[in-house]
Amino acid sequence: MTWVWDNLDLIGRLSLEHVRLSVPPIVLGLLIAVPIGWLAHRYRRARPAILTVIGLLYTIPSLALFVILPAVLGVGFLSEVNVTVALTIYAVAILVRSVADALGSVDAEVRQAATAIGYSGWSRFWVVELPLAGPVVLAGLRVAAVSTVSLVTVGIFVGVESLGYLFINGLQRRILAEVASGLVMTVVIALVIDLLLVLLGRALMPWTRVDSRRSRRRRPAAGVVSR
Amino acid sequence: MIEFRSVSKQFPDGTVAVDDFSHVLPTGKATVLVGSSGSGKTTLLRMINRMVEPTGGQVLIDGTDVAKLDRVRLRRSIGYVLQAAGLLPHRRVIDNVATVPVLNGVRKAEARERAYELLDKVGLDRALGERYPSQLSGGQQQRVGVARALAADPEILLMDEPFGAVDPIVRADLQLELNRLQRELGKTIVFVTHDIDEAFTVADQVVIFRKGGVVAQAGTPAEILAHPADDFVASFVGADAGRRSLQLQHRPGDDRPLVVDRDGRPIGVLESTVEAAPGAGASAQGGTAT
Repeated sequence: MTWVWDNLDLIGRLSLEHVRLSVPPIVLGLLIAVPIGWLAHRYRRARPAILTVIGLLYTIPSLALFVILPAVLGVGFLSEVNVTVALTIYAVAILVRSVADALGSVDAEVRQAATAIGYSGWSRFWVVELPLAGPVVLAGLRVAAVSTVSLVTVGIFVGVESLGYLFINGLQRRILAEVASGLVMTVVIALVIDLLLVLLGRALMPWTRVDSRRSRRRRPAAGVVSR
Repeated sequence: MIEFRSVSKQFPDGTVAVDDFSHVLPTGKATVLVGSSGSGKTTLLRMINRMVEPTGGQVLIDGTDVAKLDRVRLRRSIGYVLQAAGLLPHRRVIDNVATVPVLNGVRKAEARERAYELLDKVGLDRALGERYPSQLSGGQQQRVGVARALAADPEILLMDEPFGAVDPIVRADLQLELNRLQRELGKTIVFVTHDIDEAFTVADQVVIFRKGGVVAQAGTPAEILAHPADDFVASFVGADAGRRSLQLQHRPGDDRPLVVDRDGRPIGVLESTVEAAPGAGASAQGGTAT
């Protein structure tokens, strides 16, 4: 434990660095996944192909990506951009299916009602479909966020500093407390980001919290997703 | 005035939903399209606001072919009430009601103000405005649906089995409420249902369909009850089963005769007789003498 007390500065600095590296892939992943997920939802015939191809991206080993990306992107081997791009790809791989499923979960009757009362296709998507898809998208986003926080550690292999540094360094120097503190902080960061996402969801989707005392049996109370 | 001119609809799979339908729906009157499922009545209703495009013929509103109108603008100019209300679950009741005016560019505060007045009009407590639709009963949701349809003060109101999802008591309540509103507002209403009793309750004019969008009979409720065009209509309105034939039963010591059905079960008491007004079907309806 003395190692932890002596190195609180280091742990704090690496934790902040870890958070800084985690956030962009989560945000970018969502932004990229929404249009692709929409395509998969909109063009039913292309859906299996899109989802399979995007899903396969997740199976590319991260180390392989770190090797390939510098050549593709034309940036240096040790550039942080490699990590951001790689983790964004993984986030997209998780989120596209969530977005497609989420849009599919919107009650067809509600969608039709929105059209009937005069929403154009564009405004219907932003004002009706996307918000109603929100709870399912959020479920996927939480998985992607936790996965991203965990994967950031791998960046240490290409020299991008994060809590992963504590794993490598602790392993080489045989300091168990160092490895353990890296692990604990990674979990803490994942939990905090997850909590923030849940709170954000509550703030943005207040209708999911109302207690529908008279919930109708004909169809599940829209917007309430239990998974 | 809404006019259907030789309208047909064949779906890509070959099903003929409507076949050469022509009819005029007069302004300010409630026309009810009634038939069992597969009779094309909903398809016809949806042609009016271009949710469905006909494969033949034209639909005209006040002489203008709707095919020439912008779809989205057309829909915003027509009130639409769906089965199970079709409210947006993520919007508060008041914002649901204000939807169409806001889409039309009315300021939000102003639209809300008017929406609260509409809640009064359809008999809902203003306090419900801040709730979400899932917190309302089925009947309340249906009233919100009607309020939303009226919000932009449209000339035309389309109602697609609007009261199909609520229980019979609430349903009867909503039908009477609609009649009250209609007396006040005088909209051109197109109402789709498979329930002939509901049709007779709300209609100025009824169109009865057979399968495949073929008209079996069109007329006022009184005309249809008094002179069903054929066996299909007679059976559809229940005239063949004697459900519509009532008798007066004079009781000793009471000069008001009892109205009984074919099996002698009492329906009500005859208070007075009225002259049939043109187009007024109420006095000829089975079961309404009290």
